[in-house]
Amino acid sequence: MIIPLLQGLKLTLAHVFKKKITLQYPDEKWDVAKRWRGRHVLTVHPSGKIRCVACMLCATVCPAECIYIEGASEPDNRRYPERYEIDLTRCIFCGYCVEVCPKEAIEMSTAYEISGYSRKDLYLDKEALLQPPQPRYEKKKKAG
Amino acid sequence: MESAMPIIMVVVKVLLVIVAILTFVAYLTLIERKVLGWIQVRIGPNRVGPWGLLQPLADGAKLLLKEEITVAGANKAVYILAPLIVVVCAIVPFAVIPFAKGLGLETLLGPTVSQYDLNTGVIADLNVGILFIFGISSLGVYGVILGGWASNSKYSLLGSIRAAAQMISYELGLSLSVIGVLLLAGTLNLVQIVENQDSIWKWYVFRQPLGFLLFLIAGSAEIARTPFDLMECENELVAGYQTEYSSMKFGLFYLGEYAHLLFLSALTTTLFFGGWQGPFLPPIIWFLAKMFFFVFVFVWIRGTYPRLRYDRVMAFGWKTLVPVGLFNVMATAFIYAIYLQYWGA
Repeated sequence: MIIPLLQGLKLTLAHVFKKKITLQYPDEKWDVAKRWRGRHVLTVHPSGKIRCVACMLCATVCPAECIYIEGASEPDNRRYPERYEIDLTRCIFCGYCVEVCPKEAIEMSTAYEISGYSRKDLYLDKEALLQPPQPRYEKKKKAG
Repeated sequence: MESAMPIIMVVVKVLLVIVAILTFVAYLTLIERKVLGWIQVRIGPNRVGPWGLLQPLADGAKLLLKEEITVAGANKAVYILAPLIVVVCAIVPFAVIPFAKGLGLETLLGPTVSQYDLNTGVIADLNVGILFIFGISSLGVYGVILGGWASNSKYSLLGSIRAAAQMISYELGLSLSVIGVLLLAGTLNLVQIVENQDSIWKWYVFRQPLGFLLFLIAGSAEIARTPFDLMECENELVAGYQTEYSSMKFGLFYLGEYAHLLFLSALTTTLFFGGWQGPFLPPIIWFLAKMFFFVFVFVWIRGTYPRLRYDRVMAFGWKTLVPVGLFNVMATAFIYAIYLQYWGA
């Protein structure tokens, strides 16, 4: 009866001297997986033109219906999105838009610090989505 | 003026000890949170000040600034009185704990010091020290049960009933576990008990190992710490008898609780581990080191064991602790009597 109790004490004492797993979050950041589904990015051609052709597949497949696109045509009939907006307050980060895109025009970055002070901050328009995302944190500690 | 001096000196001494105790009690909360954190492979508080050292101050300030609530239907006088009883009963027993051999005041202040007994490292050198301790700490039950009753809440009342039942049951086991030491020491005076343990082999823990074990168990039940903290069993009773208390009144209950913990560690040190006795270092350092070691042990125990079920705690108290304690007293008395008869002086 006494021995298991002592074993328990031994175990907890061993924990006292272990390296702590706490990550001091705002000072240190979690390193997330390579395929982490964070904030979306609209990609561009090497020439600088947006890849998206406003085919509406992403807006159609989106289960949260958070993507809003208005297409337009250039003089040479190439389609491009006049407006491309994602409402992050509705987005469930399922990644279907990335899967379905035939042009690899939308990707998900590893950016996970996407909180904002108002709902407007989380309603991303085309310019915001074209911004390169915050780079991936390279840290020793792995998430999860 | 000459006659008022000793009284002022005594008051200063008492105040110094109380301030020291309150500081230790405040830092006990930090020690507890740190050690519990380490046991759970966490870091523990480290944001307020370096290494979290200002955390107790921040907690205290927060408690003082919180809104004072008196529940409707509470018996106001008793409601306010209860936390005071708890705190007083937790701090007063420190008066008889010898924390050092002598304070070395004679060279500083002349012969009046020894005349008025200021030099001893204890506030009140009572010849019934242990009786005094048990007497006062039994009074602590009143604070608990009055607080629970005056809150006019079923959770508080249930918590205080549990607390009172548990404290009264384990008071018995605690007293029995100490009697072994008293028989060997032949005195109730804590100063003399410490002076008897002047080498490490004379520490009563080696002559009374069973008594020490019983003391540890009954003690942690008496101060209601895990695994015996069923008076504040969250999933059954919200928070126990202090459920309806807020602000500093709540803080006083916790102050009492941690002061009890500190006192139990001090008493364990005094009774079983030679108090301030020890080589090389000054007595007060030895006393504090031993005391804080036992504080660590109690936190360690809290971080290890889950809470027991209420009926099992009571059954263990009455059906195991009391009989074993009685056996320990009988066996100690029997063997000591034979020893005195044939080998003793």
